[in-house]
Amino acid sequence: MSFKFTDANLTRIADVRNKYPAPLASVMPVLYIAQEQNGYISIEVMEEVAELLGIDKVNVLSVATFYTMYHTKPMGKYHIQVCTNVSCMLRGANELWESVKEKLGLDHMDVSHDGKYSLEEVECMGACGYAPMIAINEDYFENLNKEKVFEILDALK
Amino acid sequence: MEKIVLPGIPDYNVIEIYLANGGFDAARKGFVQTTDEIIDQVKKSGLRGRGGAAFLTGLKWSFMPKSTPKPKYLCINGDESEPGSFKDRQIFEDNPFQLVEGIIITCYAIGAKTAYLYIRGEYGKWIRLMQNAVDEAYARGFLGERMKETFGTEFSCDLFIHKGAGAYICGEESSLMNSIEGLRGYPRVKPPFPAQNGLWGCPTTINNVETITNVPAIIKNGWEWFSKIGAPRHPGTILIGLSGHINKPGVYELPTGILLTDLIYNIAGGVPGDKKIKCVIPGGSSMPPLRGDQLEGIRMDAESLKDAGSAIGTAGVIVLDEDTDLLKVLLRIARFYHHESCGQCTPCREGTGWMEKTLLRLDKGSGTSSDLDLLVSIANNIEGNTICALGDAAAWPVRFMITRFLDEFEKYVQKGISLPVPNKVHSMRNTAVPLADIAK
Repeated sequence: MSFKFTDANLTRIADVRNKYPAPLASVMPVLYIAQEQNGYISIEVMEEVAELLGIDKVNVLSVATFYTMYHTKPMGKYHIQVCTNVSCMLRGANELWESVKEKLGLDHMDVSHDGKYSLEEVECMGACGYAPMIAINEDYFENLNKEKVFEILDALK
Repeated sequence: MEKIVLPGIPDYNVIEIYLANGGFDAARKGFVQTTDEIIDQVKKSGLRGRGGAAFLTGLKWSFMPKSTPKPKYLCINGDESEPGSFKDRQIFEDNPFQLVEGIIITCYAIGAKTAYLYIRGEYGKWIRLMQNAVDEAYARGFLGERMKETFGTEFSCDLFIHKGAGAYICGEESSLMNSIEGLRGYPRVKPPFPAQNGLWGCPTTINNVETITNVPAIIKNGWEWFSKIGAPRHPGTILIGLSGHINKPGVYELPTGILLTDLIYNIAGGVPGDKKIKCVIPGGSSMPPLRGDQLEGIRMDAESLKDAGSAIGTAGVIVLDEDTDLLKVLLRIARFYHHESCGQCTPCREGTGWMEKTLLRLDKGSGTSSDLDLLVSIANNIEGNTICALGDAAAWPVRFMITRFLDEFEKYVQKGISLPVPNKVHSMRNTAVPLADIAK
């Protein structure tokens, strides 16, 4: 299935390209726009990005697979990220991670059958002073405990 | 107490309030001086980088070539991925215009027409906040072509935000540049240094967000004023991010040179349950940990921490109380560096994995005492043998945690040798010289 950017996104991409003196540099922001539109970065998306920017496909592939925030498979509508790094771990993140796993019935990088949730154990998110924390898509939820997390997860529509 | 980076003025992130409190006065003052004068003031102020290495900022700027046909660039490092570090987001949230002002002064000083502010991808909210501030600055003529009218100078510069995508390694300056160029975040071999050969092969300076946010205050109040704050050899204030077993975690702006014990007990309310401290990691997870019973007299500045056998890093202080399982902590840290190693250099790519596996073995209860020597030996063979400092960052916690808390770690290992395999590591045990020392 081929992938084409919407006209609105093509305008955004034109703006992005003006920020950099070389076309290759736009690859990261353009991949973000593509991921926003398509949900994930498929091979077709990478081909289109390469075509649009006039760069080699391999350059797009290398970037899309190096950075963890680009998803090469479809993720859930709510991408739930639980930090278990040191500062969070000292404040009970491991127990939190286990209980979230159990509640959603998912493991690291799993997606639920209805496509509503996906779960990821992430490295430090920069919320160490407000630990433990989870992020849902781009929103941070901090100073949590099991009850608060369950409340947040239950509120997801 | 002096507050420079986070002055705590309500709504300081609204441009009207920022302007009402003397915002962009420093830029006005700076643009009538020569670039050499500005670099000289920053040099004399003693401002040191807040991103980890604590390098003299003015000196770094002076490495930029004066005359070159190539464009020059400024990169501002807001990747902030070191576990324990969460200070820059406070600047994006509470004081974005001082950062913008610092950026235009720095651009003027080093002669850059374009600046890229690199912010880690997870900080979606803070990228939006910062983008709003940048848009506002453009609309008011504090950035872009209209700067010429606003400040009545010939100088103008552009500021673009580049969103990272979840790679710790991009906090390393050369890998940050590769990331902006649209490549994998692989660190580059130095030399050539960024000031000669940086972004797109052009002269480039890379500074931390907090460092740049200090610049307007130095230009406005003078270098003498700045150099008198805090510790003489590392002056100014520093954003300390406190986390872990502490009653009042959070970001504190304090003069450098504050006693670590003061910070923990008087400012941050001590340890929950009045427990004793087993260990303090003073500068983010990669810095050598300090023993809780040896904290007396240690101050939070680059020189004092160096003398104490650690480093200031990003001043992300992680406190571990007496009930902490250090093996679990070290295993988590080792796992992090294994995950984040970019894979370019063999010692780091393979070594971080070996360290994690060996620690896992200890955690499962099947480790032997030779495993401790093995871990230190792996760490020693990573350190200094890689292109970038991630190798050192991965090696230090393992090496120093084990050597400084040997009493703790020996509890996890079986005495003697359980495997009858005649291997080099095992046979070296029970000799007078530990393997770790032979490897040095």
